[in-house]
Amino acid sequence: MTLAAAAAPAAHATTTAATQTHGFLSPTGVEIAFLLVGLVTLGAALVTVTTRQLVHAALWLVVALGGLAVEYLLLTAEFIAWVQVLIYVGSVVVLLLFGLMLTRAPIGRSPDTDSGNRWAALTVALAAAAALVWVVADAFRTTWVDLDGAPSGSTEVTGQALFQNWVLPFEALSVLLLAALVGAIVLSRKAKAEAAPPAVPGARNGRGPAEEGAR
Amino acid sequence: MTTTTLAVLVPVLPFLGALAGLLLGRTAPGFARPLAVLPTFAAFVLAVLVAARQGGDGALDAATELAPTGSVPIELALHIDGFAALVAVLVGTVATCVQLYSTGYLRHDPRYPSYAALVSLFTSAMLLVVYSGDLMVLLVGWEIMGICSYFLVGHYWETPEARAASIKAFLVTKLGDVPFLIGLLALAHDTGSFRLTRILGAVSHGGLDHPTVVALLLLAGVAGKSAQFPLHTWLPDAMAGPTPVSALIHAATMVAAGIYFVARLLPVFEASRAAMVVLAVMAAVTMAGSALAALAQDDIKRVLAYSTIGQLGYLSGALAVGDRGAAVFHLLAHGAFKALLFLAAGVIIHAAGTNSLAAMSRMGDLRARVPDAFWTMTVALLALAAIPPFSGFFSKEAVLGAAEHVATGHTEHAPGAAGWIVLVAGLLTALLTGAYATRLWLLAFRGRGAEAPDHGRQPLVMNAVLWVLAVPSLAFGLAYGALPDWFDGRDLAPTLQTAVLGTGLALVGVLVTYGTWRHTTALAAGTPLGAVAAHPGGDAGEVEAEAIASHTPVYGDVASAPDPADPGRLLLGPLHRHAAAGFHLDAVYTVLFVRPVQAGARLVRFLDRAVVETYVQAAGAAPRLLGGAVRRAQTGNVQTYVSALLAGTVVLTVAAVLVATGA
Amino acid sequence: MHLAYPAVLSALLFCTGLYGVLARRNAILVLMSVELMLNAVNLNLVAFDVWLDRAARDTLHSGQALTLFIIAVAAAEIGIGLAIVLAVHRNRGTSDIDRLRDTAETPGGPDGPDGEDGGPDDPEGPGGPDDPEGPGGPDDPDGDAHDSDGPAATAAQKAEATA
Repeated sequence: MTLAAAAAPAAHATTTAATQTHGFLSPTGVEIAFLLVGLVTLGAALVTVTTRQLVHAALWLVVALGGLAVEYLLLTAEFIAWVQVLIYVGSVVVLLLFGLMLTRAPIGRSPDTDSGNRWAALTVALAAAAALVWVVADAFRTTWVDLDGAPSGSTEVTGQALFQNWVLPFEALSVLLLAALVGAIVLSRKAKAEAAPPAVPGARNGRGPAEEGAR
Repeated sequence: MTTTTLAVLVPVLPFLGALAGLLLGRTAPGFARPLAVLPTFAAFVLAVLVAARQGGDGALDAATELAPTGSVPIELALHIDGFAALVAVLVGTVATCVQLYSTGYLRHDPRYPSYAALVSLFTSAMLLVVYSGDLMVLLVGWEIMGICSYFLVGHYWETPEARAASIKAFLVTKLGDVPFLIGLLALAHDTGSFRLTRILGAVSHGGLDHPTVVALLLLAGVAGKSAQFPLHTWLPDAMAGPTPVSALIHAATMVAAGIYFVARLLPVFEASRAAMVVLAVMAAVTMAGSALAALAQDDIKRVLAYSTIGQLGYLSGALAVGDRGAAVFHLLAHGAFKALLFLAAGVIIHAAGTNSLAAMSRMGDLRARVPDAFWTMTVALLALAAIPPFSGFFSKEAVLGAAEHVATGHTEHAPGAAGWIVLVAGLLTALLTGAYATRLWLLAFRGRGAEAPDHGRQPLVMNAVLWVLAVPSLAFGLAYGALPDWFDGRDLAPTLQTAVLGTGLALVGVLVTYGTWRHTTALAAGTPLGAVAAHPGGDAGEVEAEAIASHTPVYGDVASAPDPADPGRLLLGPLHRHAAAGFHLDAVYTVLFVRPVQAGARLVRFLDRAVVETYVQAAGAAPRLLGGAVRRAQTGNVQTYVSALLAGTVVLTVAAVLVATGA
Repeated sequence: MHLAYPAVLSALLFCTGLYGVLARRNAILVLMSVELMLNAVNLNLVAFDVWLDRAARDTLHSGQALTLFIIAVAAAEIGIGLAIVLAVHRNRGTSDIDRLRDTAETPGGPDGPDGEDGGPDDPEGPGGPDDPEGPGGPDDPDGDAHDSDGPAATAAQKAEATA
């Protein structure tokens, strides 16, 4: 079966042209780099979801998210890469670490980080992975992305696209962030003194990317 | 006030009294007695007034239609002729006496208010039946009597006998009421009206298409209500009720209703000779059989109950020979002396502390203890045995005379066969009546032995009522000269042959019984029997309830006692055993109807339990099992839910991809 | 570069996050796994955006725009999510997901003997006041009040967050 036929028709000509030029197992330098970083990312992600130390999980998440930022760079999406580093590595993970601390997460190995649902989860995840990989690989095994030329994700390009075509969703997003801010405050109001700080910074940080995106 | 208004008030007043009694009985017990007695008494006075104004002239008719009721209109109609007026007076008299008597009889009964209200309602229903000129309205009163008799017979519902008797009375009369209703509808269909006058008019013009069917259907209801063979079995058992209720049911109201109904619709029955013969046979069997049974009973009230059935047989016999004047004449006389008999029996039971004749025959001074009851009961028994000049003599002679009239072929009203049947059975019954009346008197008042335990004086009101009723028992018969003006005009005077025959036979019965009693009474001392169960402090109703409840444990049977001193035992010989059990009719019914019905009920119960129930249970258990299975999935763990959700998503996605690519 | 590389990596990352969401017990770890899943989607979006940009001359850059939006929404989500987790932790004394089983039907009715018990391996149950170290302990005057409307309040909060 060929899922390539179901792919975007616009790319069809290019796809067939590229098939002749680039074989499936003919890695270029970028591809090798992508592959290596991808392995690191995937490994970090796997450790994140399997480690028995909660704080380590957060730190391995940093590795995984950082690896993804590198992948964005390799895909010439610079702006996204920096935003990724700023938002995720800079604030989200910090927030998660705060959360771990405030919920008195045990430091060190804790024996019961996985719930009893583990085997079901493994089954579902493996099945999903098999299905997805099979479909994706089958559909795009010959599709070639030409990464030469001007980067398609520079700040200029992204800014133009964002403020030419995506202004309205962008503003709508700010409303969403406002709602999140209000929600976080409402949630933390019941928590007299001690839980207020993490909720409000969460909202602030949530608002952060929009402002940064606007910059 | 017009006569119509007065007549309307006659049934309405006791009805309102009953309503007020039921409403106020609990909150204001002090009003219970006035509310019971006064409306009934007022109804009696009004009934007398109505009778005086009506005066035996042409019938008074009044009708109003409340609402249109389709093809055959139902109207609130009065039809008061001489019969209705006089029967209403009888009902009023007896009901007033019973209410007065009850105030003494049930002095300490906590359920007196509801009892009195039901008696009032009963009276009202009977008066409605008497005055009603519309058969549907009549049926209303008819059925109200049925339900009231159920409640009143079951007054001592603590005892199993009373419960069984009340249900039996209700079911047996209901068994007759179903064909009765069908007969009424058939009659209305044939004649196009429920109005008495129109029906009689149509019948006189030969407008009845199926006279035999209609008459036989109606007869079934009459047999049930008036306790005629073969539906009489409820009446002896109904003695489990309080004595005043027995007096009311058996003297003036319920059992009289059937006879009165036939008397009103006699032309309908006359239209079918077969129905008349059936009625005659029914009357003859009822008379003779019940008189034999009465001779064997031990319970004083059951003796009277069977005597009632026998006298009702006379009434049906009079109707079978087409003389409703004689029938209603005897109905009136019988109503008076039978009420007296029952009420006096209540006094005796109270004084003796037992309802067993065998036990009474071993009490030395019962006669002295209750002189009023003794004298009045003597009068009533003489009337019952038709000894001149008591009232029963004249009324019974009127019946026998009418039968002889028909038998000898002097009239076209009724078939001659019916006349002969009634005449022979009537004469035989006269003999037996004399016998059992004598037996009752001798056993109750001529006992020898220890003194009866003292239960205190009877309430004055109870004794006074006895004397009031003794007057018509004594003298009502002399009215035979005036009554034909009220009735159909046929002569009611006794004829020589039947008078001599009837009285002679009755005297023979009396003398034979006396002789037998002289013979057997010596045995009484040899076999002591004791059944004095009641404690002296209680009121009459309490004593009676205990007496009834203790009869079966003491004697092994509710009807008879193993008493060799009983003259009835010697007189009946081998027949005694069967007579005591009412000729095993109950057993026959048990085999014929009760057991099949019970077997059917068991079958239905089995089917319900084993078959239907299984489906029901399965219908409940299957969802429960499914629900249990589904409930296991509801662990409350969100991750489990999400796992299942995502697993389903994966499956669906794969399926969608496979379908989309045509694999 | 072959498009298959980022696509497959994205799929694998997504499934890793999926496993984490389903298997982790701590609510914060679940939130981390959600972040992983979101990032996997982001990678996919960026890769296909770049591909379309090159292959189809697409100037809309919807993939990158959407990635930015997702990052913003994810940040908001993590804030709200942590607030919820903290509120639950405050009321229940735990942030373990498989102890929050108030929606489970209990065999003996709502107040049955093992009504709020997650299972036999969970003797303490989610009861906050039983936990002496929990914020709902005696030092918190509102602890009982929170606890009494705990499930309802949590449900309401979740509903708000969803909305």
